[in-house]
Amino acid sequence: MPVIEFQLNGAAMAVDADPDQTLLDVLRGRLGITGAHFGCGAGECGACHVMVDGRAMASCDMPMWSVADKDVVTVEGLGTMDAPHPLQRAFISEQAMQCGYCVSGILISAAALLKRNPWPTEAEVRTALDRNLCRCGSHNRMVRAVLRAASEMVPP
Amino acid sequence: MMSPAPKPPVSLAANPRLSSWVKFTEGRVAISPGKVEIGQGIVTALAQIAADELDVDITRIEMIRASTATSPNEGVTSGSLSIQQSGRALRHACAEVRQRFLAAASERLGVDASLLDIDDGTISGPGNVRTSYWELAGDVSLDHDATAGAAAKSAAQRTVAGHSVQRIDIPDKVFARARFIHDQALPGLLHGRVLRPDISGAKLISLDETAVNSLPGLVAIVRDGGFAGVVADSEAAAEAALKALRKGANWSAGEPLPDEDNLAGFLKSQPVDTTVIDTRTAASTRKAARTLRRQYVRPYIAHASIAPSCAIAQWDGDHVHVWTHSQGVYLLRADLAIVLKLPAENIVVAHMEGAGCYGHNAADDVALDAVLLAKAAGGRPVRVQWSRHDEMCHAPFGAAMAVEIEADLDGDNEIVGWRHAIWSNGHAARPGRATQPALLAASEIANPYPRMISTNPPAANGGGGDRNSVPLYDLPDWTITSHRLLTMPVRTSALRTLGAQGNVFAIESLLDEIAALRGEDPIALRLRYLRDERAKDVIRAVARRAAWKPQKRSGVGHGVAFARYKNTGAYCAAIAEIEGTDDIRVKRLTLAVDVGEAINPDGVINQIEGGAIQATSWVLKERVRFDRTRITSTSWTDYPILTFSEVPAVDVEIIQRPEIEPVGAGEAAHGPVTAAIANAVYDCLGVRVFDLPITRDRIIAAMELAS
Repeated sequence: MPVIEFQLNGAAMAVDADPDQTLLDVLRGRLGITGAHFGCGAGECGACHVMVDGRAMASCDMPMWSVADKDVVTVEGLGTMDAPHPLQRAFISEQAMQCGYCVSGILISAAALLKRNPWPTEAEVRTALDRNLCRCGSHNRMVRAVLRAASEMVPP
Repeated sequence: MMSPAPKPPVSLAANPRLSSWVKFTEGRVAISPGKVEIGQGIVTALAQIAADELDVDITRIEMIRASTATSPNEGVTSGSLSIQQSGRALRHACAEVRQRFLAAASERLGVDASLLDIDDGTISGPGNVRTSYWELAGDVSLDHDATAGAAAKSAAQRTVAGHSVQRIDIPDKVFARARFIHDQALPGLLHGRVLRPDISGAKLISLDETAVNSLPGLVAIVRDGGFAGVVADSEAAAEAALKALRKGANWSAGEPLPDEDNLAGFLKSQPVDTTVIDTRTAASTRKAARTLRRQYVRPYIAHASIAPSCAIAQWDGDHVHVWTHSQGVYLLRADLAIVLKLPAENIVVAHMEGAGCYGHNAADDVALDAVLLAKAAGGRPVRVQWSRHDEMCHAPFGAAMAVEIEADLDGDNEIVGWRHAIWSNGHAARPGRATQPALLAASEIANPYPRMISTNPPAANGGGGDRNSVPLYDLPDWTITSHRLLTMPVRTSALRTLGAQGNVFAIESLLDEIAALRGEDPIALRLRYLRDERAKDVIRAVARRAAWKPQKRSGVGHGVAFARYKNTGAYCAAIAEIEGTDDIRVKRLTLAVDVGEAINPDGVINQIEGGAIQATSWVLKERVRFDRTRITSTSWTDYPILTFSEVPAVDVEIIQRPEIEPVGAGEAAHGPVTAAIANAVYDCLGVRVFDLPITRDRIIAAMELAS
């Protein structure tokens, strides 16, 4: 199997993988990085979103060959308890979840949004999160959290 | 000042040993409820209750996940009962623990217990004497049964319960620290997948395994009658093996499914078990001038958890350990014991969090799958995760319902008679409650058990298909009848609210229609027929908050509805604002809710918001689809749910009643929101839609009928 090189959460990675295996499989299986969640396997729910070169994408149907030389960020790469990403802080402040299974994918979609649009409107936040499903009905709290994080990230 | 000792709470009566609920360890307090976290924030609310009664900081409390090895048996986490059952038990148990420690401290310090004070676990008294729970823990045995003697704090004495706190599980979820069973790493973990048919009710006749045997990573192929699955050393290998196995499978013809476009016709044509739920006879009969007869239909609704169901099982000789996101670890264990023909003591079932389940999904089924596959794993743990496809077609659904109401009206269009009849499958086929197992694989293995036909919980527990069918309104005369189907071509079990969503939709829609007939404001009509002041208060509160009734504008509609969940739980009133012509959007939902004492007010709001949004999704979009042979809504494309852009603004007001025993909030909003949206559609478009979901096609059909 070929060695596929890419950046993962800021570190260089070289993984000996079947090029058709999905990135989600490699992350959760071989690498033991479980922040990105399996939800549907068809790129329809967003639970597995990771950032690839700054864009939020489903990792459950993303073949490893397409990841070569790319910069991949999972929710683990956003921040930590000691150095949280403003989105992670805001999701706690707004208590923006119920079960939380969808949250890691939503944090990634939101982080990608704020990268390309640091001043999103509420409607833009909703549109950016439309590829992420939440079944518990925590949408409005999450939208508030994203807007809060945006306001904290950009000096007035 | 203490409030009088209440009757021992039901969970404490069943599990009286104090040490099964509370333990002190090195500056920490371990609290073991039998209820489980399913995203509703229960462990936080229970921690608040314990912190309050024990006078310790909430950060010292460690909530222990339920396990049959150690936890009190509190049955199932369902029915919005966790605060009522576990919360009361913990409050009472902690009050007694506190009292026992105060007595011990009094003895050690030589100070009368009434002069002692507890602050974050430190017990102190006059003259600067002090000790603590942890210093005394060796002297104070909690291996005693709870007595009726200890009194919990009064509402005024509580400082933690009744105030919003941040949920204790949320930081882990934001920083992706594994709490979910899906993320659990175990040494030597293997992965399993189970082969299930596309055709509904089809049985596995034969299986050619030759193409699978040579696949890399395969550990075992498991076959037990019609149950078949694979075990492999990675998820990818297990998926590949399952795919190959499927090609070699030969299935029987299935069992026919009903006509999805004539659910009422199907429901009303099946053999049924009929129960008269309630009757009331008018003292003086006013003559009916006319009778309105309406039929309301709710489709099958999928739980549609974001995570496919998952479980891990590991055998050690004739003992098995199971990790599960089941709502009832003891009930699951009981069913596993039947299927495995093992004593229950040989089985440990331990809870780990999954995604929100909203009722009885495939959590229990996948646990038996894992147990059966792990038999072939040589003592290694096997993790089984269902596919999205299987989650959407093999897990139980919320039951379809046809509700018919006949309302007799006098010459002034006042209600003088009311007949409410329900046709529906049962709303509960949970494990652990019958002599036969409810788990899917139990009907597939060699010597299979028959598939359990869903039943309804008794009316005393809130009923099932009949839940919320008895009006809270003071109508002079009524007969409420439930027809439970004895056939079950589409598998059903508990979905959030059971039958309440359908019944509240029907009752509140018809009341709205009667108010319109009378030219009476629908809120005024409801207030006139209600006798319960708490009910009236939530309706008045929501009316104030939504500035009822906003001026009529073209293309905008408002609707109101009310229910008290199970007629014994939370009060909730909702006002919906919608806009649209034939395709509607819900713009705003305003709700007022009374759960008695709201332990974590922000948690209650979160639950009500979530319930309101989920109900909006059910009303506007959701319907399990099928043809005559198979469930066809097996992906998010075929079973769409509400997206971020479609979600309405939701505004919630809580009426705090700290002196009244708390009840759960998780299921209060669904019925009222459903009917409020339907009533807003009428206000906006002048047509009533009687069949859920309220889609563009249904609105156009209603308009055509009206013209």
